[in-house]
Amino acid sequence: MDNTAVATHIHEEHAHVSLPQHRHHFETEEQQREAGTFGMWLFLLTEIMFFGGLFFAYLLYRNWYYDAFVAASNQLSIKLGSINTVFLIASGFFMALGVWAAEVRKRGLLVIFLILTTVLGFAFLGIKYVEYSEKFEKHHVPGAHFDISEFVNPPIDAKTGKAEQKPLPPDMAAKTQVFFSLYFAMTGMHAVHMIIGIVLLFWLTWRAYYGDFSSGYVAPIENFGLYWHFVDIVWLFLFPLLYLINRHPLS
Amino acid sequence: MSDVHYHDPSNVTNPEHAEHHIVTPAQYCIVFGSLLVGTLITVVAADIDLGVMNPVIALGIACTKAVIVILFFMHVKYQSKLVKMTVAAGFFTFIVLITMTLTDYMSRAWGLW
Repeated sequence: MDNTAVATHIHEEHAHVSLPQHRHHFETEEQQREAGTFGMWLFLLTEIMFFGGLFFAYLLYRNWYYDAFVAASNQLSIKLGSINTVFLIASGFFMALGVWAAEVRKRGLLVIFLILTTVLGFAFLGIKYVEYSEKFEKHHVPGAHFDISEFVNPPIDAKTGKAEQKPLPPDMAAKTQVFFSLYFAMTGMHAVHMIIGIVLLFWLTWRAYYGDFSSGYVAPIENFGLYWHFVDIVWLFLFPLLYLINRHPLS
Repeated sequence: MSDVHYHDPSNVTNPEHAEHHIVTPAQYCIVFGSLLVGTLITVVAADIDLGVMNPVIALGIACTKAVIVILFFMHVKYQSKLVKMTVAAGFFTFIVLITMTLTDYMSRAWGLW
């Protein structure tokens, strides 16, 4: 009897060896994986609601202060915005390749792809810094030092001899602050998400280097990938709304 | 015994999980290329005066790109029905919230009191 008990005990111990991709409270690896994906998507849905509120505020205020939004939006550089869009799409592309590298258990490739994802994330933030500092130099940051003169007396185009933008009455020009408030809130929250993502990328790259994700345990890479792609998607909407759609205003 | 198979609360005997699917680098390259083309089109379209259609086209392209990212980069195309329904329900709820708020906003007598 004693022998049987010992043998059973050993057997049970063995059956309860838990892999990170199959913890003991899940029946199968697939079940654990799906539960993780499901949870990650629930989190991303709350993020959709969060950014959705900002997008909705943009929609309503653009409707109210249309002329101010057109003038302020045209201050942004389409060139820098386009370059940043390409950086972010490329960063997402390398993140997706990173998930593939983890799935096929290639440790070296996974580390390389995660590093490329991080580098392109930094490149995006670097250009964002250039854009932000221009706004500070021109006093286009909402607040006590905001300068409406460029919107009341737009600079004259050297070739045509006409104003580059339609001059705004001072009360409407003051409303360009609403645009810039939303611009800083939306791109700022997006940048905060990217900074959080880059911190997580450092941690994941470190763990990937030590082989945590190249023996069948892909969930942290995959779920972080979902987050990083979500941040991409937010920018895919920010770019046209903030930079592009006001170039040909309705008169 | 068949009772045991019929009663399957932990979803093991007859799993509804999607087959584990690995998207290949070639597929990712196609997705990457199409996203770059989409970006190019939206920048070029912004330069052309299309009146009220400018924002519509820009948002249409952005939505297309977002759907491509969600389906392939985020693997939703290869996930179980549960995950697909979750994603769809989230966007549906967001549209409901926007519609209800806009209904309220547009039916007010702004500036007429």
